[in-house]
Formats: sequence, structure tokens, C-alpha cells
Amino acid sequence: MLIEYLPILLFIVAAVLFAGGSVLLSSLMGPRRPDRVKLEPYECGIAPVGLARERFSIKFYLVAMLFIIFDIEIIFLVPWAVIYRELGWFAFLEMGAFLLVLVLGLLYVWRKGGLEWDEPEHRAARRDHGAFPAARDLEGG
Amino acid sequence: MMDFLVATVLKIALVMGLVLLAVAYLTWLERKVIGDIQVRYGPSRVGRFGLLQPIADGIKLMFKEDIVPANADRLIFCLAPAISIIPALIVFAVIPFGPSFVITDVNVGLLYVFAVTSLGVYGIVLAGWASNSKYALLGGLRSSAQMVSYELSLGLSVVGVVMMAGSLSLVDIVEAQKGSWYGILPRWNVIPQFLGFVIFLVSSNAELNRAPFDLPEAETELVAGFHTEYSSMKFALFFMAEYANMIGASAMATTLFLGGWQGPLLPPVFWFVLKVFCFLFLFMWLRATVPRFRYDQLMGFGWKVLLPLALVNVMFTAAALLMFA
Repeated sequence: MLIEYLPILLFIVAAVLFAGGSVLLSSLMGPRRPDRVKLEPYECGIAPVGLARERFSIKFYLVAMLFIIFDIEIIFLVPWAVIYRELGWFAFLEMGAFLLVLVLGLLYVWRKGGLEWDEPEHRAARRDHGAFPAARDLEGG
Repeated sequence: MMDFLVATVLKIALVMGLVLLAVAYLTWLERKVIGDIQVRYGPSRVGRFGLLQPIADGIKLMFKEDIVPANADRLIFCLAPAISIIPALIVFAVIPFGPSFVITDVNVGLLYVFAVTSLGVYGIVLAGWASNSKYALLGGLRSSAQMVSYELSLGLSVVGVVMMAGSLSLVDIVEAQKGSWYGILPRWNVIPQFLGFVIFLVSSNAELNRAPFDLPEAETELVAGFHTEYSSMKFALFFMAEYANMIGASAMATTLFLGGWQGPLLPPVFWFVLKVFCFLFLFMWLRATVPRFRYDQLMGFGWKVLLPLALVNVMFTAAALLMFA
């Protein structure tokens, strides 16, 4: 059984060798003349301001949490799908009930605004002033 | 045992060599195709029809200086390109190229593909974080949020295919699409699973970070996204990973929905390559034609349209299978 996975292991080894080898080769062949300005992170030509690892929007975190919930749902769906034909209506009803709970969860998140990416006032401004609202429309709300 | 090992190593060398060659020439083809669509020449100077362009690009990248920006996390900065390219390549270990040409037929092949391809997100988010550049960080974050969002509908879109085949092995899934309806229509999953097919195509396009879903590297606002600070071969690895993923996604679409290597008269491998090429061309065509989404549209489309549609497709397929089969 496990012998089927041996080629995958060999393939991983080959891919690692390729990735490592090409980086190593280029670092041997390329020049190395670092200076302070060259090593600065790119910021459109002006000197970079502060560190880059600053705070970022909480929404990315929310997306990650929602993803985990629904990804686990898919993991449960996969074995169900494999033996679905053998189980018949029983499997249909069971999975229907399971999915219903998660769909209700999705609807709840949706109603709560968890799926909205931009700020409510931006959305309203776009609705009232077209796709590219001017700054004064945004501030006015 | 020894024979098995030698045969496997040869197969791996062949597949990896061909995939890397295809990646190199895909860059040429994409520039040529988009050039033609936009009434330009595309590469035409290096060799006849610019055919030596990918090789020239490769040599140039090889001899470039490898820059690691100040304050970057050196270890992660160097690991990230490898984390991107390795999953993109090892997907091909389970894809059936022909009736007897598959490197290994594991019984959870489809699950393996999804597990491996989702590792690619790590390469991107780590590259963005390790670079110590604002553009790279924003690009990496956007990219990871987009990829995980569309991974849901991608995963759900293939559940219908698994139900029809009753197996996760890619070889079995291709075998299940043998034969025809009424003697003319091939029994390919694209017909009964059309909605799943469309969801799969759209989501995999988003997974690949390609236009119109190329916000992570929206050059007008983020320079180059997560690989802004990369140069030399490390940059090339990200580039190769993107194109290898494109071939992988096309190969998966072929295997799952278009009957894999099956086709009349001509040899199976030819049919496989032809179908993969059609998908690759579609991806290029989309890039040349469609403008970019706005970020809130992108997230809204993934969560509010594709995810519910994919769920409907699963339950609809389940009901139809019980009623008609």
C-alpha cells in the first residue's frame, strides 16, 4: 500500500533539489555588490519610512477564520462523496442536515456584514455617486 | 524493486523536465498570444519567432545579483520561493497523462492534489512577510485571503465529480468517464457537471492569481505584490511556480471534467496535451481581454456567489444521482 507513496517522496526530493540547486547556482554565478541604498526595500524611489511589518486590516483574520470553518466542511464532504452511491437517501438527508447548519452559519455571517470587504460609508457613497466617488462624498458619508 | 525504482526515477525526470520546458515556453507563448491579441509582435528578436527568448531570459536571471533587502528575514526570504515551486511541481506525480502513464496512482489522488496546491499559499504569504516591504506585505496578504476564499469553491466544485466516480483516484475518475451517451456525446463530466466545471475554472483562475483576479500583483498599486523584493533565480522560481501551477490547474480540469487522455483515433497523450493546451490558451485569452476586479468585488464574488453556487451544485448532484442512477 505505502509503496504507492514512494514515487511522491522521490518527486519531492527531485523538486527540492531543483529549487535548491538553481538558487545555489545563481548565487555562485551572479555578482555580489551590495550597498546600503541597494538593500533598501523598494518604495517608489524615496527612502522607506519605518518598518514594513505594521498593523494590517483585521478583515484578513476574519477571512482566515471563516475559511477554516468551511474548509473543514469540505473535508467532511469528501469521504461522504466517495461512498455516496452505496449509502443512498440516508446519506443525502444526513448531509443535507449538515450543510443546512453551515449554510445558516454563512447566512448569519452575511447578515452581520462579515462578508463585506469595504466600509459601509464607502459602499453608500458608491451607491449614491457611482463607481468612483470623490473624496468629499466619502467624508460626507 | 530495483526495476521499479529505476523506472520511477526515469518517469519523474521525464515529467519534471517536460513540465519545466513547458513552463519556459509557456512564457514565450503567453507573450506571443497576448502580443497578437493586442496587435503587437511579441518576442521576435532572439532566434526565429523569438523561440530562444525563454532560454535567454533564463540565462539572464541566472547571472543576476541575488539581493536580500535589509531587515528581511533571511531564512524565510530564501525558503519562500522553494515553498512556492515545490508544491507546483509535485502535483504532477498523480496526474494520469495516458492509460498507462502515471507516476503513481494513489487512492486519494484528488485529496493529495488539493493538499499540495494549498501549500502554495505559504510561499506567497511568507515571501510577503519576510521581504520587509510594504508592497510585498500587502500583496502577500491580499493573495492569501484571495486564495483561501476561492479554495472553498474550488474544493466544493469537484465533490460532484467524486460522487459520479465514487473514487478519489485520478485514474479511476478518468476511467469513469469512458464511453458515450447515445453513441455521440462523450461521457465527460463537463456535461452533467457543467456548473461544477464553470466554478472550477473560475476558482482555479483566482487560485492562480491571474487576470482578472491578479490583484495580489496589481502593478499599478502594488508594484509586483509579494515578489517585489525578489531578484535573480528566486524571482524566477516564483515565476516558474505560477506557470507550473497554471499547467497543473489545466491538467486537473482536463482530468476531472474533460475525460483526461480519452479521445478517438489519435494517441491518448496527444489528446491530453491538446486539452491542457486549450485551457492554457483560455487563461491567456482571459488575461488579454478582461479588466481587473476591485478587491471588494473579488471577495464578494467568492463568498456570496461561487460558494453558495458550489453548495447548490453538490446537493443537486446528490439528488440527481439518486433519482436517475
